[in-house]
Amino acid sequence: MIVTRTQKAGFSLYAGLVLLVFYFPLLCIIVASLSKRRFFSFPYPMADMTTKWYADALQSPQVADFIGVSLRIAALTAFFSVVIGFFSALAYARYRWRGRQTFQRLVLFPLFFPQSVLGLALLMWFSFLHITPAWWTAVIAHTVWITPITTLIISIQAYGQDDSLEEAARDMGATRLQILLRITVPLLLPGMITATCFAVLLSWGNFALSLFTTGADSSLPEWLYARMTTGYQPLVPAVGVISVVGAVILVVVLFTVVAWNQRRARRLTAATE
Amino acid sequence: MSATPSVPAPKPPREFSPAFFGTVCSLPFFLLMLFGFVAPLLCVVWFGFMPAKTFALLQMPTFANYETIFNQTYFKSILWSIGLATVTVLTLLVICYPLAFGMAKIFRGGASFITYAIATSLFVSENIRLFGWVIGFMKNGVVGGTLAKVFDVQIDSLLYNIPVIILGMVYVYLPFMLFPLVLGLKMVPDQVREAAFDLGASRWQVFKKIDLPLSMPGVLIGSLLVFVLSVGAISEAKILGGQKVVTIASDIESEFTYAQNWPLGSALSTLFIALTTVVVFFALGRFDLEKLLGKKRSE
Repeated sequence: MIVTRTQKAGFSLYAGLVLLVFYFPLLCIIVASLSKRRFFSFPYPMADMTTKWYADALQSPQVADFIGVSLRIAALTAFFSVVIGFFSALAYARYRWRGRQTFQRLVLFPLFFPQSVLGLALLMWFSFLHITPAWWTAVIAHTVWITPITTLIISIQAYGQDDSLEEAARDMGATRLQILLRITVPLLLPGMITATCFAVLLSWGNFALSLFTTGADSSLPEWLYARMTTGYQPLVPAVGVISVVGAVILVVVLFTVVAWNQRRARRLTAATE
Repeated sequence: MSATPSVPAPKPPREFSPAFFGTVCSLPFFLLMLFGFVAPLLCVVWFGFMPAKTFALLQMPTFANYETIFNQTYFKSILWSIGLATVTVLTLLVICYPLAFGMAKIFRGGASFITYAIATSLFVSENIRLFGWVIGFMKNGVVGGTLAKVFDVQIDSLLYNIPVIILGMVYVYLPFMLFPLVLGLKMVPDQVREAAFDLGASRWQVFKKIDLPLSMPGVLIGSLLVFVLSVGAISEAKILGGQKVVTIASDIESEFTYAQNWPLGSALSTLFIALTTVVVFFALGRFDLEKLLGKKRSE
């Protein structure tokens, strides 16, 4: 498309503005986490800048506890949602079967569902089954919500794949298990890595589901929420920033994988042409 | 299965058919959803018919909870939720459309930078991001403090009103509008737009007759996503709104926690679920998902 310079400048300016507003809250949190005073007020003198709260947060056994709960939930959720998502991606994108179209629509449904209501529904269901909610019940809740997402991500990879490789392996006499382990899994691996990152990140930041399903345990977002609603504490922004930094590191890993995957795909298509 | 290499492999046996494997592969997912989604929802629907303030599931069903809902002010919170969600959707359409247009049609490398920058925020807990606005807008916060220092204007806290709640919702759900819009606008072929311009169409005509209709799937999906997500929003009104507005989700939550009236909360949830289901099914029935995910039609 032909674009004039002014048009491009206008759109860039607008995009920059949106991004600026979009990152404003995160900047605020960083600024607040570095302030020495117990009651935040802006602007504060340079002399009041401190990393004390970070040290406090990192040394606090309580915070470590919440991080541990969040990590456990995220790791197990990622494992289950990627394993189940792998198979449902095959059903979603790879095979033609009756009910596939319905399946494709059903997969999306939990995503469109309000999470707080799903969390409450699970809470009631667990109480009906006489299960006491704890961190591992949150794993179930997160898995229900995240599996559709991993399914979609792996499906996108599965769509771009050549069916003939599996057929060739089958014609050569490979068993179903061999095909699965030697052909399908390696080919879908980039999608699965991306899905794992997504699952960990979404579970790590999730609040609405955890609120109702963790029982006596408490995940990091829950703890932050409880502290936020009971008045300002300088520890909260510091822990917030730590959590964000953890997520950003994983996001960078994720994007590296995506970029590497795209380059590989381009190289492969270039080779076959 | 053992096959000798010299002999061409026999026709695959019956159980190798794609139909069979498709069904088998979808099984784990169906089991998960049955246990973690369908059963809990049925549990909620059933519990909504139990007598108020009880915790047992095996009693005589009654419509008492629904009568309570319609006779009291709960419909107000439903209307608030729908109203806030509608305003959020409209605001986001206005904010995101130009940005999405730029990302789909104008920027080159810049587009993926914006995608990454905005997608990253999805992984930061909603609470933390909303808390950033609290720090920004509270009395002596970043905005107030800056205004006082630079312009010598004293302002009180900007929090705890309805525009701030809408700002929070617009902020949190922006990615869910932006990305579908970008996908939708990428589906508008440049040639068609250029042809229209060559034939003397004005900018407004091109937007109305070409851009908007052809990007409609993106517009609809984005609006649907944002509407459904923001109708169930709970943190925005609580963190930024300070109980100024009670949304349906926080009504449901307080029935389950403070009021300890699970049947009433369940009945409210059931109404809410029914509302979302109708909206989602109605809207999803109109899309071709494979087309949006980039599958080429080969058969």
